[in-house]
Amino acid sequence: MMRLELVKRPQRSPLFSALSPFIAFALTIIAGAIMFALLGVNPLTAFRIYFIEPISQVWQLHELAIKAAPLILIAVGLSVCYKANIWNIGAEGQFIFGAIFGSGIPVLFPQFEGPLVLPLMLLLGMVGGAAYAAIPALLKTRFNTNEILTSLMLVYVAQLFLDWLVRGPWRDPQGHGFPQTIQFGDSAVLPELMPDAGRANWGFVFALVAAVLIWILMSRMLKGFEVRVLGSSPRAGRFAGFRLSRMVFFAFLLSGALAGLAGISEVSGAIGQLQPVISPGYGFTAIIVAFLGRLNPLGIIAAGLVLALTYLGGEAVQSALGISDKVARVFQGMLLFFVLGCDTLIHYRIRLIGLALTKQEAAAKLDAAPKLKEAR
Amino acid sequence: MSANHDGSNLLEVRGLTKIFGTLTACDHIDLNIARGEIHALLGENGAGKSTLVKMLFGSLEPNSGEIFWNGQAVRITSPGAAKKLGIGMVFQHFSLFEALTAAENIALSLDDGSPISSIAAKARALSYSYGLPLDPESLVGDLSVGERQRIEIIRCLLQTPQLIILDEPTSVLTPQEADKLFETLERLRSEGKSILYISHRLEEVKRICDRATVLRHGKVVGHCNPREETAASLARMMVGNEVQAVVRAPVEGIETAQPLLEIRGLSRKPATPFSIPLKNISLNVRAGEVIGIAGVAGNGQGEFFESVSGEVLQQDAASVRIRGKNAGSLTITGRRLLGAAFVPEERLGHGAAPRMKLSENLLLSRHATDGKAFVGTGGMVKSGAIYAASQRIIEAMDVRKSAPDPEAAALSGGNLQKFIVGRELDRRPSVMVVNQPTWGVDAGAAAHIRQALIELSRSGSAVLVISQDLDELFEISDAIAVMHNGELSKPMPIAEATFEKVGLLMGGAEPGHAEHTLETA
Amino acid sequence: MDITVNILLTIATAATPLLIAAIGELVVERSGVLNLGVEGMMIMGAVGGFGAGYLTGSPWIGLLAAIAMGALFSLLFAVMTLSLATNQVATGLSLTLLGLGLSGMMGTSFVGQPGERLPNLYIPGVTEIPVVGKLLFGQDPIFYISIALTAAVMWFLFKTRTGLTLRSIGDSHASAHALGIHVIRYRYLSVIFGGACAGLAGGHLSLVYTPQWVENMTAGRGWIALALVVFASWRPWRVLAGAYIFGAVWIGQLHAQAFGIPVPSQMLSSLPYLATVVVLVLISRNKRLTMMNTPASLGQPFVPDR
Repeated sequence: MMRLELVKRPQRSPLFSALSPFIAFALTIIAGAIMFALLGVNPLTAFRIYFIEPISQVWQLHELAIKAAPLILIAVGLSVCYKANIWNIGAEGQFIFGAIFGSGIPVLFPQFEGPLVLPLMLLLGMVGGAAYAAIPALLKTRFNTNEILTSLMLVYVAQLFLDWLVRGPWRDPQGHGFPQTIQFGDSAVLPELMPDAGRANWGFVFALVAAVLIWILMSRMLKGFEVRVLGSSPRAGRFAGFRLSRMVFFAFLLSGALAGLAGISEVSGAIGQLQPVISPGYGFTAIIVAFLGRLNPLGIIAAGLVLALTYLGGEAVQSALGISDKVARVFQGMLLFFVLGCDTLIHYRIRLIGLALTKQEAAAKLDAAPKLKEAR
Repeated sequence: MSANHDGSNLLEVRGLTKIFGTLTACDHIDLNIARGEIHALLGENGAGKSTLVKMLFGSLEPNSGEIFWNGQAVRITSPGAAKKLGIGMVFQHFSLFEALTAAENIALSLDDGSPISSIAAKARALSYSYGLPLDPESLVGDLSVGERQRIEIIRCLLQTPQLIILDEPTSVLTPQEADKLFETLERLRSEGKSILYISHRLEEVKRICDRATVLRHGKVVGHCNPREETAASLARMMVGNEVQAVVRAPVEGIETAQPLLEIRGLSRKPATPFSIPLKNISLNVRAGEVIGIAGVAGNGQGEFFESVSGEVLQQDAASVRIRGKNAGSLTITGRRLLGAAFVPEERLGHGAAPRMKLSENLLLSRHATDGKAFVGTGGMVKSGAIYAASQRIIEAMDVRKSAPDPEAAALSGGNLQKFIVGRELDRRPSVMVVNQPTWGVDAGAAAHIRQALIELSRSGSAVLVISQDLDELFEISDAIAVMHNGELSKPMPIAEATFEKVGLLMGGAEPGHAEHTLETA
Repeated sequence: MDITVNILLTIATAATPLLIAAIGELVVERSGVLNLGVEGMMIMGAVGGFGAGYLTGSPWIGLLAAIAMGALFSLLFAVMTLSLATNQVATGLSLTLLGLGLSGMMGTSFVGQPGERLPNLYIPGVTEIPVVGKLLFGQDPIFYISIALTAAVMWFLFKTRTGLTLRSIGDSHASAHALGIHVIRYRYLSVIFGGACAGLAGGHLSLVYTPQWVENMTAGRGWIALALVVFASWRPWRVLAGAYIFGAVWIGQLHAQAFGIPVPSQMLSSLPYLATVVVLVLISRNKRLTMMNTPASLGQPFVPDR
């Protein structure tokens, strides 16, 4: 039997802080190779199709940006929550409610056009996401309710609500019975950045700006200090005069607003209408993005691009090799596992206790019962 | 000393060494314990006493060295192995389970698998025979610290050990409870058991111990018979040089001085299942004086500190007044802005955030009071300013550290405490409330902190010190009040206070009753 | 009468997976570990159980495979949180995410295939007894396992020395370690037990409840099981009660949809999730009581210094 033993480092290791995401990525590649081999595919071929071909042309980079934008937007918000030790895992629901709120304008008032439409939609999207996130925050602060479970339960409710909306009151009457709303008008569509080169829209810019702003907030401002103190040592935070209940609202509203912005950006940019399903699980994948980025907004930009690539790669291997696109989810899950495992190296050295020592210990246990041994 | 492993000693330790990272906590320790003796292990905080006994009890693994038990070389790899040998331990920080009953707690450390009802009966019988009455059915969370220690002792005795290790057992007891414990220990000695007694209280070591081994910075610096030494000579061995005695000039005309901190009829309901309610506490602390609050741990000191500091707000705004203004409904920030400063008991995780740098920890208590100096427009933190200020404090308090701006957790207890106290002194607060100022702090740092508190008061501030260390309170206080079960006695001027009087109050005697007992005694 | 019996039977069928998963998680949490991966372990049990049953033609082998799959998958969580001291919340989440992905990939070829169903108990002459016969002697085997499991866990936790030790670790792992109790070993076994239970619960879904494989067929039941543990204040018999209440809600909304009650079906479908939120609010609002009941070391990583 082998046994792991952790030895606490006196200070966090800066080396492993920097290396841990890369080690995790390398381990994921190794595990992925084994997985592809088990599926009967040459791993090298699979990796080429999975990781390289999807980003070998400019228009494909645009697709990457489209997928990365919501992931980054949601993940930077979640990073604030998780730094504060507040567990919002319902971003998927906040994403949906942002999309619904923002879509209210083009769906209910299709005649309303002009330059005001889009800013108003984006604003409403943020309000929708924040409002939906306020529910678990309120329940936590008022009734001491576990926010993990409530925020997650509300995801299912949001999905069902959207389903009802696009099949019921908001369905396009001219849509031949398809469960979807009308196509948004021109002034309600998020413009593309470089229409000649590809489809990427302003959502990606929002994501980058949000990441930089949150980075400044967290590393340079008193509010960010408050988040970090309350998250790492809540009693010290209370001693500082910071209020945990306010922090719960701050973190939930901020992350909800960003998830809502991601939702409305996705609908008005990439999709152009509301459908029963508008997200391939962005709200959950963003949790992985946040951790892979080590809860640092700048790291999250890189992590968002990596995870976006796993989506594109999943689609690519499905069409090229006939493997389920669920392979993307498996990659994402493995990556998160390895990231969490490697983070242990930052605070601990790992000692492997092998068989030899176990034997020694067994002998020592005999020693501990002197009756069993003859006098020396 | 020559190594003889012929079994004439119950326990012999040779060259035991334990290294944590770069720190050598125990460095080639030698120790002999004879049968039927009470052996003292002396040393100040951080000398390596706890590390040594954890190795003897199998909770820590030595890097090198040998242990002989009845002359046999042994490796003690787990507490279970230690128990099998016949080593029992009473921990300083009790290893009890609050949600379980006393009997269940005892059952957990016995391996024989006998039913809990019979264990309860045995525990009850044993506890009465040693004069340590105990109700096995009660939930540990509801018990006082003294009662909890009884469970630890009974639990240890039920294993019929040959060697009993006690780690700072009297630090949580009243002087009278300590006397009771000493009787028990003497009885155990007369039954032929050996006791390893860890303490930094020299008077009690002189009183009950037959031999002593002194540790300093992880090394054995001497063996002696404590009865032949004076407290001063023992202290010199422990500390290595003379510790500057704290100087406290008497204050005059204090009756007319203005009360800067007034507590009027402060009450509080228990917030958690196991916390203590506060009952109608009143106290004035005037400019220029140090008032000490004595009491056994867990009698409401923590709850009192939270209420005074504003970490918990009061219903009645007038129940806490700072510099003549009602502060009961103000937050801790509001109270700081009135000129008050606070130092909590727990350093890591309360007074300081362990994984943050010292400069950031400065911001912890001063982001509002020094808002202009440390926080710029739009809420941007002025990192240069907080760094400069933290360096100023580090210099003023002589904080020793390994890096220019280390994480709080990287400092030793004494140095971190100097920084935390210095952080508040640096503001020149007019009211200072400190809970356990020198708990777990080495003697040099403790003297430094105590002197600084006295000087703050003499410069015109009101200082309130909550402490379980009676020696400390007698050293620095102008008057001592006692907290027991959420109630606070009237402050006793230091000239009238004695250990006996304060000790009786700590044990819950009525003030009048205390004096009566003394007269008849 | 028959309708009532049938409704009661369907409620039992809906409650069984919740009960089993929650009982397993209760033991895990009593040892001080918070495993949020119940949903993931459950779906892995469902796909493993269906797959093994489908490939071998024996639902009993499917049952064993479901248990093994859940246990094996929980081992991953145990290594991470117990040996590597990773954050339990984040690791549990990732277990769920990985489980949902992995099960989807493994089950690609099972979609739309007819599965094997575990036969109901049938005792000639006894099962035909009106009303009680079917309720007591005519249900699926996992129903009986779930009831026996609840009783066994109750007895284990509160009547045995090992159970006492397990509870003590949940109360304070530091104290337990100081007494020489093997904290990590106990927690490993607890987590694996919880995983086996979640796997069995998933197996119930794909071998009894709806004997087929559908992606994400657990539909949040793992999360509801987690909520049930909180709702039950970490007491087994309350888990039993809670699971049947939720089973009733689940069945109630299905029947309401079938009867064509003029309420959008989506709203009815969201009832179990909303009920979970409401129940959590009701049970958590007394902060003191919650604090008293929650295992004090729940979710705290434990690294003994050696």
